Amino acid sequence: MKLKTVVLTLLILAIYVLHQDSWNWKKAEPLVFGFLPIGLAYQAGYSVLASILMGVLVKVAWPRHLENIEPTDARGESDEKEGHQ
Amino acid sequence: MIPVVVVGIYLAIIAVIGSVAFRRSKANTEDFFLANRAVGSMVFFLSIFATNMTAFAILGSSGQAYRQGIGIYGLMASSSGLVIPLTIFFIGTRLWAIGKRFGHQTQVGFFRDRWECSTIGTLIFILSVAMLVPYMIISIMGGGRVLNDISGGQVAYWLGCAIVALVVTANVFFGGMRGTVWVNIFQTVLFLLFGAVALGVISHGLQGGFGEYIDKILNNPKTRYLVTRERMPERYFWSYTFIPLSSIMFPHMAIMCFAARKVTAFKRTVVLYPLAIMAIWLPCIFLGVIGTQLEPNLAKPDGILLHLLTDHAPAWLAGILGAGIISAVMGSDTHQVLAVSTMFTKDVFAHYGGTAKYGERSTVMFARGFILCVTGLAYVIALNTPESIFELAVRFAFSGFAAMAPVMIAALFWRRSTKYGALASTLWVAAWLLLTWYLQRISDGTAPKPGQPVALIYPALGHLLERSTANVTVFGFLPVVPMVLGSAVLMILVSLIPRPPSQATIDKYFSAQLAGSNFPGSRPQKAMAQAGGSSRF
Repeated sequence: MKLKTVVLTLLILAIYVLHQDSWNWKKAEPLVFGFLPIGLAYQAGYSVLASILMGVLVKVAWPRHLENIEPTDARGESDEKEGHQ
Repeated sequence: MIPVVVVGIYLAIIAVIGSVAFRRSKANTEDFFLANRAVGSMVFFLSIFATNMTAFAILGSSGQAYRQGIGIYGLMASSSGLVIPLTIFFIGTRLWAIGKRFGHQTQVGFFRDRWECSTIGTLIFILSVAMLVPYMIISIMGGGRVLNDISGGQVAYWLGCAIVALVVTANVFFGGMRGTVWVNIFQTVLFLLFGAVALGVISHGLQGGFGEYIDKILNNPKTRYLVTRERMPERYFWSYTFIPLSSIMFPHMAIMCFAARKVTAFKRTVVLYPLAIMAIWLPCIFLGVIGTQLEPNLAKPDGILLHLLTDHAPAWLAGILGAGIISAVMGSDTHQVLAVSTMFTKDVFAHYGGTAKYGERSTVMFARGFILCVTGLAYVIALNTPESIFELAVRFAFSGFAAMAPVMIAALFWRRSTKYGALASTLWVAAWLLLTWYLQRISDGTAPKPGQPVALIYPALGHLLERSTANVTVFGFLPVVPMVLGSAVLMILVSLIPRPPSQATIDKYFSAQLAGSNFPGSRPQKAMAQAGGSSRF
């Protein structure tokens, strides 16, 4: 397996694990901006982190080979043929 | 009356957009069901987001926050913000590619061809429709309820359901996928703005700031749980991260993936998706929690945002915000109706020879006729069946579709996967749905009240099967966990027993074009020769 694949897999797993923020479970303070409980602010920040992760994946792991996909001649037939049993 | 007029104007705009789309349509299924696979990047993002967002994102989220507090955001929103874009990135792009290359318009069409088996496709079709139709019905119910609430009861529930069903039907009937995605642009912009505008308007009308209300909640031992997750079991919270796997398996989401013009349309979508979820869910959940102080002791907490808007926003603005809520209802409902119609037309009518016999034009007419029948039937059922039945069915549908994700992953990425593995996974999912339904029913009478400890369903089995306020759990985990893991294990183990699909089929789906030249085992030369591939490769 390529190093890039390993690093990206670990990155995804690490961010997945960060979702389970046990350390904030019973805490409401500090209130971020004076009104957002810390548990809610953390999860909002997590949404931003998820967006950044997707940006990284688009940048370094984008399936470029799919950009050149062309239809085949036999296109559309497979949905309508009967007989595969 | 003003909110009703504003919502009426909104519905008229939707109808006009649908009629313009109708004039652009062509009489073939690819155009009707997939807008000729020509949906551009920004429209694709707005439309796929509308496909996945229901009224629950606005009304249900704030209602749940009113009951359970801020934990709902992490439970449902931020986990979706990670998992859904990941599934769109890894699965959606591949679905688009096989659709573009081989002409598939549904998941079932792909499964049938991939595993050289009509029957497995039919089974997955039956399970998918059984899980999708309740979702469609509950959307009509939700729309009727919202119109009834916004109008202060002036628009009766039956009339509200009828208006939603009619507008959705007209939109899909005339415009097909093109009409649906055009309308989605308008709808998504409206409900993306909803949260921020609602937050701003309500805060403007408050005595003191939000911080003052949060302090009150925090300093009252009876309400403190609303700003923490102390009443939310950690296993339950973790289990919920499996639920968003369902998104890409919902037929209307998968079909939407087939409709993109280029695979690059997915780039913007996956990056913006978590932020768009946050834009809607964060204000709604926060307002749901604040609502416990402003509108205490509501009998129906799902109406909290409507109460807040009525009391704190001018009537015309409440109307626009109401239109935002209706947008969320209709955006997903139109895609569900279109998906059910696409599946019946392609997976049943066309698959069993209808298109070959009657031609493309007649197939589109069949699809339109089917849309009329299915929405008419859904409307009648919506009026005559308790909503609680469908609420339960929809919750199960999320677990069911999530547990079908390993089947799709195996079909796309594992050459050795077989129809028997898919069959075992499908039966496993169906069996769990029936079991969970049964356990839910028999434990309804012993379900604990919020804040009370869980009840053992069969004391002899210890903590294996427990009942919380709303759910059956397995060792404290939601059933979706054993469903997904069991489905994955069965897919792998059972696939290894029989012979794999023919080499020609494997080469077809794992050619260099689809799997990439670095994909292990891809056979560029042979695959290109068999597929009549272009000279560029």
